[in-house]
Amino acid sequence: MIEVRDLHKAFGKVIAVDGATFAARDGEITGLLGPNGAGKTTTLRCLYTLMQPDRGQVLVDGIDAAADPIAVRRSLGVLPDARGLYKRLSARENIAYFGRLQGIDEATIRQRTDTAIAALEMGDFANRHAEGYSQGQRVKTAIARALIHDPRNVILDEPTNGLDVMATRAMREFLKRLKREGRCVLFSSHIMQEVAALCDRIVVIAKGKVVADDAPEVLRAQTGEANLEDAFVKLIGTEEGLAA
Amino acid sequence: MKSALVVFLKEVRENLRDRRTVINTLVTGPLFAPLIFVLLINTLVTREFEKAEKPLPLPVIGAENAPNLIEALRQQRVEIKPAPEDPERAVRDQDADVVLRIPKDFAAAWDKGEPAQVEIIHDGSQRDANSAVGRLRGLLEHYDQRTGALRLVARGLSPAVTNPIVIAERDQSTAQSRASSLFSMLPYFFILGGFIGGMALAIDTTAGERERQSLEPLFANPVPRWQILSGKLGATTVFAITTVLLSILAFAAVGQFLPTEKIGMNLAIGLPFVACTIFVMLPLALLLATLQTLVAAFAKSYREAQTYVSLLMFVPVIPTLMLSIMPFKTLSWMYAVPLMSQQIIITRLLRGDDVPASALALCFFCTGVAALLAYALTLKVYHSERLAISA
Repeated sequence: MIEVRDLHKAFGKVIAVDGATFAARDGEITGLLGPNGAGKTTTLRCLYTLMQPDRGQVLVDGIDAAADPIAVRRSLGVLPDARGLYKRLSARENIAYFGRLQGIDEATIRQRTDTAIAALEMGDFANRHAEGYSQGQRVKTAIARALIHDPRNVILDEPTNGLDVMATRAMREFLKRLKREGRCVLFSSHIMQEVAALCDRIVVIAKGKVVADDAPEVLRAQTGEANLEDAFVKLIGTEEGLAA
Repeated sequence: MKSALVVFLKEVRENLRDRRTVINTLVTGPLFAPLIFVLLINTLVTREFEKAEKPLPLPVIGAENAPNLIEALRQQRVEIKPAPEDPERAVRDQDADVVLRIPKDFAAAWDKGEPAQVEIIHDGSQRDANSAVGRLRGLLEHYDQRTGALRLVARGLSPAVTNPIVIAERDQSTAQSRASSLFSMLPYFFILGGFIGGMALAIDTTAGERERQSLEPLFANPVPRWQILSGKLGATTVFAITTVLLSILAFAAVGQFLPTEKIGMNLAIGLPFVACTIFVMLPLALLLATLQTLVAAFAKSYREAQTYVSLLMFVPVIPTLMLSIMPFKTLSWMYAVPLMSQQIIITRLLRGDDVPASALALCFFCTGVAALLAYALTLKVYHSERLAISA
């Protein structure tokens, strides 16, 4: 369970997040939808305590991120916008490194890595050095290492960015699987179809403000548009930055 | 501290797989400087010896004006050469180290018993020619005194009349201290070794990690920043100190091939030297690693970091230059200044002078405090929000 209350964050004069309030529940996929530059990445960075909000509160499983950032990070699995791997380590070693930093014992790391390699179909490259991985292989490795500590809450920043059709489909299946396991999944996207196909709840964000927060069908009814894309355009009041 | 150890082990392992870093730390860093140094010293010493033993070639203008003088010079293994057309120019162009000019009225003045002039034409800025000039001047003075003494004897006077003072030099330098004036550059090579050894890691673990976009996911782990920083600094320091150690060992090994015994010198590179040097270099390696990391953290890219860190390399030159230009008497406060204290202590150890334990402790303590201050500053930068964000 992730709760965001009246979040504010500015960089100098540029206001990135301007009073965002929303929640992502366990066993649901919540989509943070908005055009480029709407403040999605900054909001997520405040969630995993990389940035400190100027004002407002972030609660993860009831823990205040400002009071105990380490505990919050422990209960979060994070796939940030930056998903660089260590090129001179294999996927397996990359995953094990994060497992050790999470304080997990070696046997558990090995067992969970094997599970992740099977689930994400990483078998053919897991023991090779990450130098020369394809985009899809890199994302798979980044996800496996982000989830090595079996977190209740998963945050993904534009998880399908740069993936081809097959990899995107696999990613969607993976997110659904996380949901079935009862986790709280929060991901950001600027792609309509993706959000429509996956989410139980959509938080539309524009210019740092939450302009809508509801189930897809409710949003359609609310705006009077049968098509979610039209509903989205109506909500943010512009067609800028909208990708198909 | 467990996470710091995890970071440390990962950085060491990853960088050991990088061939360029390994070559820099284990080969180029430790071997480059001592090798250059040995070559330099070898050429220098060999050349000095060759010069002293070889006949001295000497173009002479007006040799016919002083046949006795020329004969005396020949007996002292001077090779008399015909005069060049423009002697001043020949000297400036380094065609000749030195030219002797005997004026026409030399013989007339000589016969009258008046001082007869000879000219030594040389270029004082050509250091290379200085030993030839010195040798010629010595030979001429010797001839001058001998002739003067003969003239006094011929007039019934004792030659001692003209020597009211006899100077006897008692050089207090020992074989070691003579050697170390040649070796005063050596501490800088060790310090430089520590610098080069840690450089790749300092850049790779901050600017490099950010550029490869792996710093943000790393910071998403439930590990305090100080532990991450400590692990990275630990790895950088270990690489730096390894380079220093190998550098010392390499020098102790190649030092055997130096012709030091030829000039009656011996260097005190033994186990105590290695132990003391590593002891004083430890906090310095940490200080340098921290400063390199700090500088690299400010850079926007890997390349920018490389530029900044390379500029930082000039800092350790400062005390070396100061100490070689102005040969201070060692004062106790100098043991409290990082870099300078290492410079002084290593130089003294090489000379075979003893360094009081209190000086070693002061050096270790003060450099350690400086390293801690640099660490605190770097940690502050590590806590800044901008650090992790690459774009």
